[in-house]
Amino acid sequence: MHATETMSSAAPAQGFYLAEEHHPENGTMLGFWIYLMSDCLIFAVLFAMYGVLGRNYAAGPGPKDLFELPTVAVNTSMLLLSSITYGFAMLEMARMRKGATLLWLAITGAFGAAFVTLELVEFAQFIHEGAGPWRSAFLSSFFTLVGTHGLHVSFGIVWLITLMVQVTRHGLTPTNQRRLSCLSLFWHFLDVVWIGVFTFVYLMGVLR
Amino acid sequence: MSAATEQAGDDRLDPRHVHGHDEHGHGSGAAHGSFKGYMTGFLLSVVLTAVPFWLVMGKVIPNAQATTAIVLAFAVVQILVHMVYFLHLNTRSEGGWNMLALIFTMVLVVITLSGSLWVMYHMDTNMMPVSPGAMRNMP
Amino acid sequence: MQDRAAFLHFLFGRLGWDAIPYDVPILVYTFAVVAVLGAALLGAITYSGKWGYLWREWFTSVDHKKIGIMYVVLGVIMLLRGFADAAMMRIQQAMAFGGSLGYLPPHHYDQIFTAHGVIMIFFVAMPLVVGLMNVVMPLQIGARDVAFPFLNNFSFWMTVAGAVLVMLSLFVGEFARTGWLAYPPLSGIVYSPDVGVDYYIWSLQIAGVGTLLSGVNMVVTIVKMRAPGMTLMKMPIFTWTALCTNVLIVAAFPVLTAVLALLSLDRYVGTHFFTNDLGGNAMMYVNLIWIWGHPEVYILILPVFGVFSEVVSTFCGKKLFGYASMVYATVVITILSYLVWLHHFFTMGSGASVNSFFGITTMIISIPTGAKMFNWLFTMYRGRIRFEVPMLWTMGFMLTFVVGGMTGVLLAVPPADFELHNSLFLIAHFHNVIIGGVVFGLFAGINYWFPKAMGFKLDPFWGKVSFWFWLAGYWFAFTPLYVLGLMGVTRRLSHFDDPSLQIWFQIAAFGAVLIFIGILALLMQIYVSFRRREALRDTTGDPWGGRTLEWSTASPAPDYNFAFTPLVHDQDAWADMKRRGYERPLRGFIPIHMPKNTGAGFILAMLAMASGFGLIWHIWWLAGGAFFAMIAATIAHTFNYDRDFHIPAEEVERVEAGRTLLLAQQA
Repeated sequence: MHATETMSSAAPAQGFYLAEEHHPENGTMLGFWIYLMSDCLIFAVLFAMYGVLGRNYAAGPGPKDLFELPTVAVNTSMLLLSSITYGFAMLEMARMRKGATLLWLAITGAFGAAFVTLELVEFAQFIHEGAGPWRSAFLSSFFTLVGTHGLHVSFGIVWLITLMVQVTRHGLTPTNQRRLSCLSLFWHFLDVVWIGVFTFVYLMGVLR
Repeated sequence: MSAATEQAGDDRLDPRHVHGHDEHGHGSGAAHGSFKGYMTGFLLSVVLTAVPFWLVMGKVIPNAQATTAIVLAFAVVQILVHMVYFLHLNTRSEGGWNMLALIFTMVLVVITLSGSLWVMYHMDTNMMPVSPGAMRNMP
Repeated sequence: MQDRAAFLHFLFGRLGWDAIPYDVPILVYTFAVVAVLGAALLGAITYSGKWGYLWREWFTSVDHKKIGIMYVVLGVIMLLRGFADAAMMRIQQAMAFGGSLGYLPPHHYDQIFTAHGVIMIFFVAMPLVVGLMNVVMPLQIGARDVAFPFLNNFSFWMTVAGAVLVMLSLFVGEFARTGWLAYPPLSGIVYSPDVGVDYYIWSLQIAGVGTLLSGVNMVVTIVKMRAPGMTLMKMPIFTWTALCTNVLIVAAFPVLTAVLALLSLDRYVGTHFFTNDLGGNAMMYVNLIWIWGHPEVYILILPVFGVFSEVVSTFCGKKLFGYASMVYATVVITILSYLVWLHHFFTMGSGASVNSFFGITTMIISIPTGAKMFNWLFTMYRGRIRFEVPMLWTMGFMLTFVVGGMTGVLLAVPPADFELHNSLFLIAHFHNVIIGGVVFGLFAGINYWFPKAMGFKLDPFWGKVSFWFWLAGYWFAFTPLYVLGLMGVTRRLSHFDDPSLQIWFQIAAFGAVLIFIGILALLMQIYVSFRRREALRDTTGDPWGGRTLEWSTASPAPDYNFAFTPLVHDQDAWADMKRRGYERPLRGFIPIHMPKNTGAGFILAMLAMASGFGLIWHIWWLAGGAFFAMIAATIAHTFNYDRDFHIPAEEVERVEAGRTLLLAQQA
């Protein structure tokens, strides 16, 4: 069948060009998704690092001496709650309710901030106990993995505030909707990474 | 190439299929999900988070290895739940490119993780033997 | 007094007058030459009042063609620096035997071979490859621009910022003395306490951000913005290879970013990832950096495979032989490239099972590559070959690259690698594939697409001179290294005891002279072509009898690329259009939606560079200040919603009428 097409020398019925303006689909969501995939590989490296060095305590404290699972559980719930509240913000956005969207975004930001605060308190406590990232390879990889995740959440909060200002100023325009959708992907993606962190680092660390 | 796919390919040429002048209609693209979907996802993930924490904190199963396996299994399921209900991932969005990108990335993540662990574990083969216990206490 | 010292330390970190190497004559002369030439250039621009033009039309441009050209200019400038390093090494190695220590102290020599590797890979090969993809790929798929035009501009300036930092290390402080991948513990703070490794880290990190974003950009462009009718299996091969390369960029560069970040944590914060004590493991660095490093090799070679495919099919006047197999081979290489990284460190201590696994995957990768070679050969078979300059480079590649491929398969055998690793045989092998593959391909591509980018062809005489000197120069410079490597001479040495080896190094130095003439001929070619641009002008838009869409529009392509978006019916869409009597539309033009230029990318990248400089010299106020300024500027940029405009239909009509006139004059 291909041969017949190649052989035909008549001009095709549709012509060789579009007479009207061509609008390719907007690529922002796909582009952001691909960026997230690359971010995923950064986390993969950090997990690999923790996997390889996670038992090199260098005669220092190990997970059992340090990790407080109740704190981690509270922290996890903060992030989980922020995920569902972001979902509610997206639902309100789909209904074009600006006020409600902003309210849910603010709640999401608050949960996110609580998560980061709890994590910083945990870090401060470890360092106070003499278990800073410079103590052993285990602690280096722990702080880097968990800290990178926390840095992402902090960045997400800055982004969230920026978007709240932009929604307040310009409303739920298509551009702003797209930006909120991107942040939604980012936020839920961080939640997925956290599943890996609490399972691989905290739970399995205590199990050792 | 079969006639059917060729036909489908030619379909794209029909100007009627080319988008009109609303530059913004399909802008936000992604599905927003539904209240029911988000709640299902949320409740599932609460359960999937709570059970592993309970298993570990309550020392429910005496065998640590069995607990590890269960905890890992729960994590995998929970990641899938998040992907479906929160990230609204399916094979249709963005013409399947989202899913393809994810699968490709997952393959690379698995290669990076398992490859690094395998390689680094093997590095010891030609080196001075050190027991894990000694490694833990090495300065 | 104490206060003053503390204040100076706050203000300048560890940057002091001792960082300026005014006691090293070579550097002082180099600096003088660079300063004089730079001042002359800046003066000429100022005198002719071109700053406004450059800023408006080039630096702030979001046009993929202009950004692509700027990438190529960056690559060629950095090639001169990288080659200068190479020449210095060749001269040193030809001299330093027995009693003679040569003219370069080891401290200096080590910086040169590190800078040579880093510059050639990151700031020559990458910009040239990305530049070619930028110029050509959107035209090949019938798009108006890339998916994220602003991001494209930002990516370019981040690459420039990285390059500027590397160049700065020549005159302010020093560069790493660690080899191009900066293995710890040598690159750790204990053994490299000075700024060299920090220059290395931050220039690569900043340029890496640009590369990653450009990768995302191109993938989305190819996925989303193809002309209607161009299904995946109707995409030109160069676009296919660009897709695979950018997928690899997105998949591999995050690994480099992460591993360099870990190294910098070791150096700045005192963590223990790659240290010798407290549980660190330097071998993990080697493992991780090659997980990036091997795909990087394919990031460079895949697009030039695409170039060769386009060139062969154009200059043989035939459809490419085995299009589908070419596509599958490319995809298979893309995936396999992620499964072979350990062959870079067979000797580090893995067991037999690991080494054989990675040895076998490495050998497997030669199969799709071989398939490509046969596709090109069969395209040439019974083709009407025109020996234009791009085709010469292609044939030079086919002969040279096959040898490099075979020595590569030889090195893939772990027992052989135990003999040959770290030797000059390895050096000869990878220069064989990178010069014989990537560099030849880039020159083929530059000669092939130059008329499309600039509107006039490159002069063929000087092109041929450049080709023959490069080809002969390559063989003279690297065949001796194969021989020396087999005799067991290791790499990165600045002095030799055995006088019987000297002749080989002298032959290699002669080869470097030939390559130098090749480079001069290239510059001459550009100069002569520019002078004779009226005679060499391409009025047809299709100077070679091309087959893909980029040749369907004018040379140079107008800002909007295509007055009407093409409809694609077949592979080699333009050949199909020509064959079936396509007639250029002369009326009915419509306004075209285009992105606006912006200076944001330039500003952000300069802030990143300032932040990097602060981090290198421990000038914390600068590092932090510039970083937060960058975040603030990014946020401010997102408040700009007014990013596009329409080229009015009358403007399109005017431009197209100009082309109609040109075509008519020609007929």
